[in-house]
Amino acid sequence: MKNTYDLIIIGGGPAGLAAGIQAKKAGVENLIILERDHELGGILNQCIHNGFGLHTFKEELTGPEYAQRYIDQAKELSIPYKLNTMVLDISMEGREKVVTVMNREDGLVFLHAKAVILAMGCRERPRGALNIPGYRPAGIYTAGTAQRLVNMEGYMPGREVVILGSGDIGLIMARRMTLEGAKVKVVAELMPYSGGLQRNIVQCLEDFQIPLKLSHTVVDIQGRERVSGVTLAEVDENRKPIPGTEEFYSCDTLLLSCGLIPENELSSKLGAQLSPVTSGPVVNESLETGVEGVFACGNVLHVHDLVDFVSEEAGRAGIHAAEYIRNWNKDQENKEREQVIQIQTEGGIRYSVPHMIRPNHMEDTVTLRFRVGQVFKDVYVSVYRGEERILHKKKKKLAPGEMEQLVLKKTDLTSAEGFDKIVMKVEEA
Amino acid sequence: MTETRELICINCPLGCGLTVTIKDGEVEKVQGNTCPKGEAYGKKEVTNPTRIVTSTVRVTGGALPVVSVKTASDIPKEKIMDCARVLKEIEVQAPVSIGDVVLEDVCGTGVPMIATKNVPAV
Amino acid sequence: MRIQVKILPVFALSFFITKGEANMYDVVIIGAGVIGSAIARELSRYQLKAAVLEREEDVCCGTSKANSAIVHAGFDAEPGSFKAAMNVRGSKKMKALSEELDFPYKQNGSLVLCFREEDMSKLEELKERGEKNGVEGLEIITGERIWEMEPNLSPEVKAMLYAPTGGIVCPFKLTIALAENANVNGVEFSFDTEVKDIEPIDKGYRISTSKGEYETKCVVNAAGVYADVWNNKVSGRKLSITPRKGEYCLLDKKAGNFVSHTIFQLPTKMGKGVLITPTVHGNLLVGPTAEDIQDKEGVNTTAPGLEKVASQARISARNVPLKMVITSFAGLRAAEKGEDFVLGEAEGAPGFFNAAGIESPGLSSAPAIGEYMAEMIAEKLHAEKKETFLAQRKDIPCVAESSPEEIKALIAEDPAYGNVICRCETVTEGEILNAIRRPLGARSLDGVKRRTRAGMGRCQAGFCSPRTMEILARELKVSPLTLTKAGGNSKLLTL
Repeated sequence: MKNTYDLIIIGGGPAGLAAGIQAKKAGVENLIILERDHELGGILNQCIHNGFGLHTFKEELTGPEYAQRYIDQAKELSIPYKLNTMVLDISMEGREKVVTVMNREDGLVFLHAKAVILAMGCRERPRGALNIPGYRPAGIYTAGTAQRLVNMEGYMPGREVVILGSGDIGLIMARRMTLEGAKVKVVAELMPYSGGLQRNIVQCLEDFQIPLKLSHTVVDIQGRERVSGVTLAEVDENRKPIPGTEEFYSCDTLLLSCGLIPENELSSKLGAQLSPVTSGPVVNESLETGVEGVFACGNVLHVHDLVDFVSEEAGRAGIHAAEYIRNWNKDQENKEREQVIQIQTEGGIRYSVPHMIRPNHMEDTVTLRFRVGQVFKDVYVSVYRGEERILHKKKKKLAPGEMEQLVLKKTDLTSAEGFDKIVMKVEEA
Repeated sequence: MTETRELICINCPLGCGLTVTIKDGEVEKVQGNTCPKGEAYGKKEVTNPTRIVTSTVRVTGGALPVVSVKTASDIPKEKIMDCARVLKEIEVQAPVSIGDVVLEDVCGTGVPMIATKNVPAV
Repeated sequence: MRIQVKILPVFALSFFITKGEANMYDVVIIGAGVIGSAIARELSRYQLKAAVLEREEDVCCGTSKANSAIVHAGFDAEPGSFKAAMNVRGSKKMKALSEELDFPYKQNGSLVLCFREEDMSKLEELKERGEKNGVEGLEIITGERIWEMEPNLSPEVKAMLYAPTGGIVCPFKLTIALAENANVNGVEFSFDTEVKDIEPIDKGYRISTSKGEYETKCVVNAAGVYADVWNNKVSGRKLSITPRKGEYCLLDKKAGNFVSHTIFQLPTKMGKGVLITPTVHGNLLVGPTAEDIQDKEGVNTTAPGLEKVASQARISARNVPLKMVITSFAGLRAAEKGEDFVLGEAEGAPGFFNAAGIESPGLSSAPAIGEYMAEMIAEKLHAEKKETFLAQRKDIPCVAESSPEEIKALIAEDPAYGNVICRCETVTEGEILNAIRRPLGARSLDGVKRRTRAGMGRCQAGFCSPRTMEILARELKVSPLTLTKAGGNSKLLTL
């Protein structure tokens, strides 16, 4: 492995691949993708269900097929990559980034780069973080771990299943376990709405008559060696279990699909500011974090529902990284005086990515991706600059489980001189 | 005789709520859809519901013990579990490439089952 | 067929003979927790035929794995009690032992918080008691110095007792180190071996287990919450052990610097309070509750228990970052009704030695109890010391805590040290292989976890468990279908 690069991409999943492809196309020759698993493609390799690529390829692909299209492109472009390689640290040496990596063949190596793209994806919230009371037997898995076991290793985590959390992976696994002959007894969801896509509720639960219990949670786990059952209870509006509503389900497996957390240990060690809402780095219109020349995309930036948007976002990060590398030797002095417009979200919108825009660096448009905190029907999403409404878009339906996007034009911001923020909010029709 | 059925379209993440009106066993109209795909889904779902089935089959001599597969097109919904059972009996020899047919005809539907992942031989 | 039938009884007979008098043990220890392992290690200095019987599949599976991981300074116990003597002696021995056996120990100092003026006299009493017990360097701290030492403490703190000799230790690594060293020095360990009965025989005892019979001159009863059962089989002086449940929350390493000392609360009428402490591995630990229960297997956490941990901890420090909890667990303290450790030969049962009622400060006392008991037993058996005793033991290398040069050297020796399996704790394949291959090696996911920390981080094994299973199956030459989380029926996979 070489020691000096223009661009190092951390993660060889959908985000890292798309970022690498676009960076290379934009002229970055000296780059490498670092992947911790034994193959490229990341989590898509275990997502064997279909529904990927509707936006990008106008057809329904499975996860491995979608991944393969990007892997093929990366190989055609001769983008170097290194498998079974873990990044342990990123630090700065002047403007240069030092990436500490380790693997079997090269041992511990320090790589230097002008730019870094963070594409590490996310992880699942474990049982411990949910603080579910009860015993700690075998048979409690996160849905994603179960998915890997079933779809890539050919083993079943168990036969009688209760699923907590109705995120997409939980729903997909309800169907997957059923197809493999397991009995999925119930899916319980703490919130009064599902965190997954509607189509998955239909195809994965209703098709198999698996009940979905909204406003329910697991209040006890039984079984000393292997799970022997769980107790569900209904929760009140403060998400506290209501005494007297407990119901016991015998099962040998509890799968958890209770949220994904961007994997930002490296980013925070590096000093990149993280958003408390997304748990991902705060980025500007170029998807650049608070640390110059370090970009973020995909689920490490904010958790997506659709891989198509991951690829699109990551491609932008690749292009912006290429631009940063091109301008490496240009004068850096004007940075502090640059105009920065913060994007403030309120009125039901939880966050937007990017979090800020530098009009001077903006392309003709910028896509704002956001999530809402509750279900809305027939509303408008508006963007205000002071008193002036610069964007007003009708949305039939907004749900917390579904990421939305708005395209902001550069011309919308041209008269923004003197403004240091714009405000995004949901408005009733 | 007229009846109506409430559905959620599964074509895309929008998840439109559909109302399908059926008169004398024939679909009279589909409402609530925002695109032609929704109308088609609504009609099909009440007359002949179908699904793409995705699963895995065992691989011998490959870099992975299983390979992911899908039905090349959608099959009748009531065949899903039969399809899953049949796949348990199949074993394929590596190498396997995306698009390789692992089963010619899934449960008499005429639809083949194809691999969705490359599994090199070892 | 017929031939086999004829051979079988002969074979079976020979089996019983080898288990009989010809194969009499000098000492059999019941229980491979920290106490059984400490006694085994000290006994391994002597020329004795010794065995440890453990019903679980590994050492450190009971109370030893679920406690505060604290080395108490020793001010708490009643002067003159076993608890006081063993705690202070154990605490003083811990540092040297940690160097000899290579386990993590840190003297971080402890603080006992007093929240009310009227309780100040109790804090003074505690200091005096500590001094009587021989605890060094005790000091009462008031005023601004409180928050200089611990900025996150509640503004309600009026004063605190500072014990510089208080420490923290890894209870898994302490127990494993003791057991490994005992094994290297000749003590047999038999796992998945549950004691069913004990009866006196001529010159000793017969122990019936799930894996056959053992005959031994001496028995050491280090059976934790079950120690009363075995004592009561052979002694007229009955013991009564009540499991006292303690629930805990373990917080992410991001919260590990919230406090630097171990923070106790002054016991009041309202209860004993909970502690907040960093762990030797850099997490933050909060707990325990104290609830007497009936079920000796009742290691489940409860909603009220976890709630109590949180609310009590907030008394010491309002902003305890409890949102960063990564796991919760419960342990059972073996509380004997006499409220002291029961150490020594049981009344009316010569050769039957109790190490019973070892609740807090049991972990702190373990090195001293090991020595005290071993000396007593060696004397009884007139055992001579071995010349071949190996006192040193090296732990598994820890890549996460090694310098780049050390890591490079490890990878040069075995490239598996370059392959990261657990990303949260940076545990490599090399460390996991080492954990499986060493004496009394790991055989389950939890066994690997306790030895290497693989799966102990913030994702709680979501990422590494399939990978660790693969390594375990390969190394133990078994099907992944037979692998367990922690032995017994805790199977992880099915077809």
